[in-house]
Amino acid sequence: MSTVATDYTLAELCIVAAAEAFRHDGEVLATGIGVIPRLAASLAMKTFNPDLMMTDSESFMLSEPNPLGKRPADFQQANESWMGFSRIFDNVWSGKRHAMLGPTQIDRFGQTNTSALGGTYQQPKVMMLGARGFPGNSICHANSFFVPGHNTRIFMDGECDFVSSIGYNPARVPRGRALDDVDIRRVITNLCVMDFGGPDHQIRLLSLHPGVTVDEVQENTAYPVVVPASVPTTPAPTVEQLAIIAALDPHNQRAAQIADNPPGIRA
Amino acid sequence: MDKRLSARDAVAQIEDGMTVGIGGWGPRRKPMALVREILRSDVKDLTVVSYGGADVGLLCAAGKVKKLVFAFVSLDFIPLEPYFRQARQSGAIEVMEIDEGMMLLGLRAAAWGVPFIPTEVGLGTDVLTHNPDIKLIDSPYDDKEWVAMPALKLDVSLIHVDRADFRGVCQIAGPDHYLDDWFARAAKNTIVSCDELVDTSFFADPARAREVFWERSATSAVVEIPGGAHPSSCSPLYGFDVAHFKAYTASAKEGGIEGYLEKYLGADEAEYQRNVGGLEAIRALALPTY
Repeated sequence: MSTVATDYTLAELCIVAAAEAFRHDGEVLATGIGVIPRLAASLAMKTFNPDLMMTDSESFMLSEPNPLGKRPADFQQANESWMGFSRIFDNVWSGKRHAMLGPTQIDRFGQTNTSALGGTYQQPKVMMLGARGFPGNSICHANSFFVPGHNTRIFMDGECDFVSSIGYNPARVPRGRALDDVDIRRVITNLCVMDFGGPDHQIRLLSLHPGVTVDEVQENTAYPVVVPASVPTTPAPTVEQLAIIAALDPHNQRAAQIADNPPGIRA
Repeated sequence: MDKRLSARDAVAQIEDGMTVGIGGWGPRRKPMALVREILRSDVKDLTVVSYGGADVGLLCAAGKVKKLVFAFVSLDFIPLEPYFRQARQSGAIEVMEIDEGMMLLGLRAAAWGVPFIPTEVGLGTDVLTHNPDIKLIDSPYDDKEWVAMPALKLDVSLIHVDRADFRGVCQIAGPDHYLDDWFARAAKNTIVSCDELVDTSFFADPARAREVFWERSATSAVVEIPGGAHPSSCSPLYGFDVAHFKAYTASAKEGGIEGYLEKYLGADEAEYQRNVGGLEAIRALALPTY
């Protein structure tokens, strides 16, 4: 039997909520970019979805997720195959992947921006990374998003300054394809869990973290959030899940992911 | 055929306006010594194709880049490349911003001698909005539209490897050869720098022969430059230089590229290596943990 924890951080709550995104994936490559998404994918692989595949974030596929950060000198990772970048693209294009990432903007269509903010395209005000692999990820396989600071700059008004990933924008549906071909799964933030399962693929509230209100989520989202008649509280981690998370993150990098590392249950 | 050249003679083959592909990935196994040789040269107006790191930042800052073909430019542990940002935010360069996989397809198309490769990647995104030269096509086999990713034909590719022989057989012993094989194949002229020049018999061991990712006909020139990937990594020989990348990034805020180059670039690679602490120090850089 599992025991529900009473003492946990918001980061740990988010890891457990984000792990749920991978529960029914079957045998796909789970790519969590950033500490919380990586721990979420690792937790899912170590518990309810052992069929998940994972890399060492460098060039090998692992049969067992690596702990984060510096590891003991005698640590041997559980390689199961080579998985260099060129092979990652073969996997992406096959569709057998679910990535969880943290874009800088997410608009009402679920389109995201990783490239540039403001100004003109020729001369942006703030240049970021570039489109990276988002165009390919978004049209080839499932994607989820993690947002450590839910606010109206990320969940912004209008359309993304640069659309890195395809979403549910009717004006951008490619000929011969349908909006339903796009597969955005979960959006996990420091306030709540959402998806794009509302009418016409609008963003929809799935659960609120302990102590968070519907109003708080709406105030921090620049477009309407569809709110079902009853919204559950995001389930607390179990004691067993917290132990697995602690073993996967021995240097407690998760404590530095959400501002001030607040407790999961608001004081 | 003896393909050995000095860095200066190899880089002298690059002419104004050429399209130059650069191997490696972000801060990993970049042909930085060859990039530095470009900084010491008069060549200009380059079109650069790269999974970019400080290679792109330095070339942009030094005014060598007319156009950049990129999916990202990043130092990974420092996500935002400082001089690339300056170049973009001042409107100094033309860009062709594409998806990482589209770049691979473009290199493959060039390598295979086909004008394009069809893909769904890019559809619905601003990668197409801002690249009107990338065309959509109908398929003869279905009713969908497809992106015709054009061949990215390279005049020159620059690649750094662990070891090579005088004929251009190249070993990459690290965990990933990235897309370097496609950069080698997509270029008319592939200039390879190596950490160590080895005898041909080195490759007799099948395990080593399996670490060769393109045949020697795709290598045009071999330049022996121990430590030549610094400050990027050349795993397993050395990791990337965290302290140097931090100093590089800080220079963008104070001192600028002139200050950085004044302090480090030197007249040749030997002087550069003295300025960054010497080859022993480079070889002692710890490998990163991901």
